[in-house]
Amino acid sequence: MTSASVAGPHAYLQAQARWRRGEIAFWLATLLPLVLTPDYLVLASQVAIAGLFALSLDLILGFSGIISLGHAAYFGVGAYTAGLLSVWGWGEPLTGLLIAGLAAGLLGYVTSFIIARFHHLALIMITLGLGLLLQEAANSASWLTGGFDGLQGINTWPILQKFDFDLYGYTAYSYSLAVLFIVFLAARRLVYSPFGLALRGIRENGQRMPAIGAPVYSHIRTIYTIGAMIAGIAGALLAQTTETVSLEALGFQRSADVVVMLIVGGAGRLYGGLIGAIVYIVARDRFSGLNPQYWYFWIGLLLIAVVMLLPNGILGGLALLAQRLRAKS
Amino acid sequence: MRKFFMSAAGLAALALAMVGLNPAIAQDTIKIALILCYSGQFADTATQMDDAVKLYMQQNGDTVAGKKIEVIRKDTGGIAPDVAKRLAQEAIVRDHADILAGWILTPNALAAADVSKEAKKFMVVMNAATSVIITKSPYMVRTSSTTPQLNYTFGQWAVKHGSKKIYTMVSDYGPGIDAETWFQKGVKDAGGQIVGSVRFPVANPDFSAFVQRAKDLNPQAIYIWVPGGAQPAAIGKALAERGINIAKTKILGQDALASESALRSMGNQALGIITVSDYDYNHPSPLNAAFVKAYNADFHRNPDFFSIGGYDGMHLIYAALKKTGGKTDADALVAAAKGMSWESPRGPILIDPKTRDIVQTVYIRRVEKVGDELRNVDLDSIPNVKDPGNPTK
Amino acid sequence: MAAVFGMLFDGVAYGMLLFLMSVGLSVTLGMMNFVNLAHCSFAMLGGYVAVTLMNAWGWPFFATLPVAFMAAAAASVVLERLFFRRFYNAGDLQQCLLTIGIVFVSIAGAAYIYGTDQQPVHLPAYLTGSIVFGGMEFAVYRLFLIATASLITLVLVVGIETTRFGAQVRAAVNNQRMARGLGIDVDGLFAVTFALGSGLAGLGGALAIEMLGLDPSFALTYVIYVLIVVSVGGLGSIAGTFVAAMLLGISDMAGKYYIPALGSVLIYLVMLAMIMWRPTGLFGRR
Repeated sequence: MTSASVAGPHAYLQAQARWRRGEIAFWLATLLPLVLTPDYLVLASQVAIAGLFALSLDLILGFSGIISLGHAAYFGVGAYTAGLLSVWGWGEPLTGLLIAGLAAGLLGYVTSFIIARFHHLALIMITLGLGLLLQEAANSASWLTGGFDGLQGINTWPILQKFDFDLYGYTAYSYSLAVLFIVFLAARRLVYSPFGLALRGIRENGQRMPAIGAPVYSHIRTIYTIGAMIAGIAGALLAQTTETVSLEALGFQRSADVVVMLIVGGAGRLYGGLIGAIVYIVARDRFSGLNPQYWYFWIGLLLIAVVMLLPNGILGGLALLAQRLRAKS
Repeated sequence: MRKFFMSAAGLAALALAMVGLNPAIAQDTIKIALILCYSGQFADTATQMDDAVKLYMQQNGDTVAGKKIEVIRKDTGGIAPDVAKRLAQEAIVRDHADILAGWILTPNALAAADVSKEAKKFMVVMNAATSVIITKSPYMVRTSSTTPQLNYTFGQWAVKHGSKKIYTMVSDYGPGIDAETWFQKGVKDAGGQIVGSVRFPVANPDFSAFVQRAKDLNPQAIYIWVPGGAQPAAIGKALAERGINIAKTKILGQDALASESALRSMGNQALGIITVSDYDYNHPSPLNAAFVKAYNADFHRNPDFFSIGGYDGMHLIYAALKKTGGKTDADALVAAAKGMSWESPRGPILIDPKTRDIVQTVYIRRVEKVGDELRNVDLDSIPNVKDPGNPTK
Repeated sequence: MAAVFGMLFDGVAYGMLLFLMSVGLSVTLGMMNFVNLAHCSFAMLGGYVAVTLMNAWGWPFFATLPVAFMAAAAASVVLERLFFRRFYNAGDLQQCLLTIGIVFVSIAGAAYIYGTDQQPVHLPAYLTGSIVFGGMEFAVYRLFLIATASLITLVLVVGIETTRFGAQVRAAVNNQRMARGLGIDVDGLFAVTFALGSGLAGLGGALAIEMLGLDPSFALTYVIYVLIVVSVGGLGSIAGTFVAAMLLGISDMAGKYYIPALGSVLIYLVMLAMIMWRPTGLFGRR
């Protein structure tokens, strides 16, 4: 094996992983709400949290082809872990975040043994079923979870003992954005690595991969665990910034919403979850404000329009547009 | 380069869209944020409450103490405490709302209570019935009812009126379990006996199995708690299908069991069901008759207990504002609201000066045939009932 | 013993209802691999059509059933031409998004036209109450449901097994490419099958009002149960859907009667067990 043939794939990965100007512009733009629209910071922090959740799903659905309709299970476990830690007396946010992530990751690791064995509709139904089971269990265990009323008594301590959570949401947004960015960096690194390439290979043709020596089963388990962990971190963020957790954190509605967000933004693209979260949540908020009773109608139309005009999500459509413009020039 | 421009342009557009158009702050306007679950599975409750709010404003004008009243409506979409909290925050920060009103679902009310407490804003809970809610903010009052208030009273009434052995069946989630706990307590405190109990899953469409279990134990009465929607009718049918004889075994329930839509769906199978509630549109008082007539004229529907919570909530807000002369700071409004009493279409009500919770007459009604229709006819009433579940006793 | 039999009876009735609502989805999913999450919107449409005819125009209950079927079938033809057709070769995710969008629109539409309240249904007197047989009570409506659904199942099975159309459907489900290669107009076949399946869902929706109630959120609430039946039964198999519906209906009833604490969890446990044992469904393609 000459050094040239080894340098090829690595050079490819390095070229992919270069920071594009669009990306830098995007992250700079995320700082805008702090300055331009301080009235919307609470919404922005919920967008950031949803974006992080969608990113976690992107890793397993978009990049690895594992369609999950029960991903909110990990979000919810993370949220309840962070919430319970606070209720039991430990309200420190950063360590709470890590512990919640670990708890969700552990659950993800355990379920990954089941998940990795199934495909197609069976996989979808199993993820759905496990999610629904967890929801029922959480309702039954109301002594632990607070049941229908939700967890009471969450009190998040100031971050780094200095920044307290305020009514406007400056702290909430900055905190959520910072966590999102850090996790995003890690995910980015993962995606543009040989492991990331292997995942895409598994998504495209899982049966072929063992022929080139890729351990499909263990890769799927690994990425599923990572996806679960990140979802748990997102859930913990929600619990800490809103100081509420209730059953809908691990409910089917939340699982379905995140899948929709990801498809709208563009699954299989790093920024797909983030863009999808921004568009879906802002659109929902706007429609809901204009027409509280029937906004479902407009959101439904939006979804139909997106899928008809932009088959690979918004980022897919933008990429197509860029391709066409480049072809012309 | 193109990608850069495209993404930057797109994001800028997005940011501008988020800024939106914010109306200028009018000087003499009092803004009430009405935060309800307008969409989703609880949408009907929000429709009824919102209609009642509209009716009140139509009847009493939109000016109080020289200031204009503006209602800002926001949708929580159902059970979503994070959304509810955010909407409350946004109402205060962005829309400069002075009062937070509405609150049908307990988790949402609890989340918003934090905001009311921190931002020091007057909060009027117009439906959520869990006792502990009122303790979460010192600026909150409630104009609906609480689950213990209705069910503890009912339990005691049932035993005093001949049902000593009772079987309870409730939905297995917060409000249902709450109702079960307090009903059973009322029964036991009055010397009765609970012969058995069961909790059914929340979204349960079919009750025949559960009704059979109840029948097997042969109680003198069966107490049922289900949320509104499809379930009351379904359980009514299950009772008929299993051959429960109402003359032998009384059927007891809370308001939703004999709501108008439930009676429509159950038909004559519903005759004889006894319910406890704070309001029914059949309540025979001249004030209520006028209220129901006006409600029907506008909305072609009869009001229910969600409506009355909203109607009385608006009355409270208007009366409190008149007392404070239009001042909206929370301490003044709460002080004005404490001890306030008035005659509502449901009967006499009072805001307890100590707990800020509602004190009212609890009614026991029975389903009877009036002319051609099934109606809830007043059977008995217990006046001046405070919330026995208030934790600050 | 009587209690067990009574519980089985209720389970079978519930299962029959689930079967009617799910069979269409199983066949269309098996044939074209088209993920139609809006399937229960057709059921909801059938329900609302029946309710409108009964309450606003005073039609008798039986007369509304065929209209519910046809209305749902007609609606599915329209949607298929306008939207679904373009997505036969698109990925699962696109189909999900499209059909979820349609579900949202249908829910908002129903809420706007009919309001958010529960819709009452007025059955003819001879369908209410229960009859006593052998010391046990049998609800008349459930008997009616079982009878109707059995009849429809019989018609479906005979149709699929003995008619040419049925043979073509079986061929297309089994191996779409091969069927096309043999000259079978799979797209046209699918359009007709889709209409039939949606019509059945509409009929199921109309029949379900009495047992499950009807409000705008019906379309979302029951799609989960339908998906469970379809995946456990196996895509493209009528027999599979039937067996799965029975299994789930009975285990749901049994769970509620014997272990109410488990309640709705039992249906999920049974589903998980069945799918883990047979990932492609009981009668699905291997």
